[in-house]
Amino acid sequence: MFESIFAWETIVSAIRMATPLTYASLGGVFSERSGVVNIALEGIMLFGAFFAAVGTYFFKSPLIGIIFAILAGMTVSLIHAIVSIKFKVNQIISGTALNMLAAGGTTFLSRLIFKAAGSSHHIEGFSPISIPILSSIPGVGILFKDLSPLIILMIIIVFVSNYVIYKTVFGLRLRAVGENPQAADTLGVNVYKYRYIGVLISGILGGLGGAFLSLEHARVFVENMTGGRGFIALAAMIFGNWNPIGAFGACLLFGIAEAVRIRLEGVGIPTQFIQMIPYILTMLVLAGAVGKSTPPACDGIPYEKEEI
Amino acid sequence: MKNRDFLENLILNIISPAISILIALFFGGIVIFLLGHNPIETYKEVISFALGNPNGWGYVLFNTTSFILAGLAVAVAFKAGLFNIGAEGQILVGGFVSAIAGLYIAPLFPPFLHLFITLLFAALGGALWALIPGLLKAKLGAHEVINTIMMNWIGYALTNYLVVNTFREKGVIYPLPQTAKLPSSATLPKLFSIFQKIGINIPESNPLNSSLIIAVLAIIFTYYLLWKTKLGYEIRALGLNPHASENAGINPQKIILLSMLISGALAGLASINDVLGYRYRFLDNFTHGMGFTGIAVALLGKNHPIGIIFSALLFGALDRMAIGMDVFTHIPREIISVLQAIIILTIVVTNEVVIRFLKRRRKILYV
Repeated sequence: MFESIFAWETIVSAIRMATPLTYASLGGVFSERSGVVNIALEGIMLFGAFFAAVGTYFFKSPLIGIIFAILAGMTVSLIHAIVSIKFKVNQIISGTALNMLAAGGTTFLSRLIFKAAGSSHHIEGFSPISIPILSSIPGVGILFKDLSPLIILMIIIVFVSNYVIYKTVFGLRLRAVGENPQAADTLGVNVYKYRYIGVLISGILGGLGGAFLSLEHARVFVENMTGGRGFIALAAMIFGNWNPIGAFGACLLFGIAEAVRIRLEGVGIPTQFIQMIPYILTMLVLAGAVGKSTPPACDGIPYEKEEI
Repeated sequence: MKNRDFLENLILNIISPAISILIALFFGGIVIFLLGHNPIETYKEVISFALGNPNGWGYVLFNTTSFILAGLAVAVAFKAGLFNIGAEGQILVGGFVSAIAGLYIAPLFPPFLHLFITLLFAALGGALWALIPGLLKAKLGAHEVINTIMMNWIGYALTNYLVVNTFREKGVIYPLPQTAKLPSSATLPKLFSIFQKIGINIPESNPLNSSLIIAVLAIIFTYYLLWKTKLGYEIRALGLNPHASENAGINPQKIILLSMLISGALAGLASINDVLGYRYRFLDNFTHGMGFTGIAVALLGKNHPIGIIFSALLFGALDRMAIGMDVFTHIPREIISVLQAIIILTIVVTNEVVIRFLKRRRKILYV
């Protein structure tokens, strides 16, 4: 039992499991840094997973699947943005409604398009990439072998996000809008514009996270396949202190838990208890993170431009 | 002044929900049309299926019963400023605990107490499932939205394990993942006989049962609690302005915990319609999203017990119409959950638009 857990394969599988979470978690970082809580990430991922499967299935190209997923994620996040930024509706209500829309809508469309209950047809994902030289190292080399391009993209996006948020004018303004929109507005930053951009980026990233699930992980769309991953990603974002590298680290932790969970199946522990591991871990992580991590000061508060 | 308030209330509470329902039906109509059906005909068929006969109404009221309790559960937490997205798990656990109490605890007591025990444990089970996120919120400030959702998944897995491995009905050739049947002393009687006596012919097979009465009592209880008691006042104060209410001497930790427990107990009671009034046993995953519909019910009903009656009726009818969709068309019934989501989104937006409009009108009048 333990040999099978302490193996390079576990780390490979941990990175795979962390990938969809990391995309969504980074999405959460962009949205919440701009001051909009986005619990619709669960639904965005689900739409992403579904439309990735649709695009790939009908156009026989995973790249088109990815584009579909990104467009779907952007559409859902645009609705969230309009409802919560323009109409200043409670962001949790909007997110909850969009999650319901995603659960019902993807099941509805899936049954309609694939004419079968439960799941879509099998889809072909990307062909895996092996990084030369690194992948030929014995032992650790397995980490660089047969990688999904979406995993490589994820690693790149983690560092790019960190750079964008902390080292660019755009990032500074995005953070300012989430910390103190009044001050940002006074300095001529368009609060609404930056919040829209933050939420739309979260839609793109959430869609990509969902696409990884159907395209690369399961190679099929299964109804409600996200299974709470959007919320786990939000917990990881909080644990990672609303910071891309931190969120990635927290997602890796969840990835390890998932990988161990998979390894534990078939060793006599009832599957239902193994299934609970990521959910219980999420609650523990949240409880531990509170007080130690600080959200952007105006996270979740709609901005009302003062009238003169 | 009084008249204007009345007019504004009328617009906010009747017209804006009506607009959002029409928008949702319009979207639904487009989808039905795109799928090659006549939307007007389809709506006519499914509406008369749900509301054109006593049997249909029986089913609608049966659905309404659970939605009232689930909606009240969400509303009580909402009034305290908390989002209880965990009603689903609380209903599931409440139903499970209630069935187990009916099978193993009730027999230790005289029969006239059996029903009381199963009802009590339904509420306790739901409250127990809300206790953990409630404590985490009250003591640590941990986000109740994420925690209640995690508790849903844990509740699914735990009740599934227990009903499949420990409490599954024995002595059946093809056992479903369900418990044994509860003794009739621990269950709620059906209502068809009363309706038949007054000339309304609801057939015996109709699931409508006396849980409906408990749902009505819960409406009165919630109204009384929120608007006529000190605790209710504190719950509403905390929800409206946490800082001010804390300065006014309200203990937020206590109120958060109590409102989560009451919310969970009401959610737990939403299980009795199915467990004690219809199946007379716990069936794995019997909730099928009931708790999430409760969120929609509470929002559409403006978190007010009277509003919840109407929105629960609407969603009860929509659920029955979803069955009608299956009967008359090949359109997947999930279209109804899509409509539910559209109703929530449009109602919150139309509210906002109406409030802005009224504000602007006021400004013009006063300035």
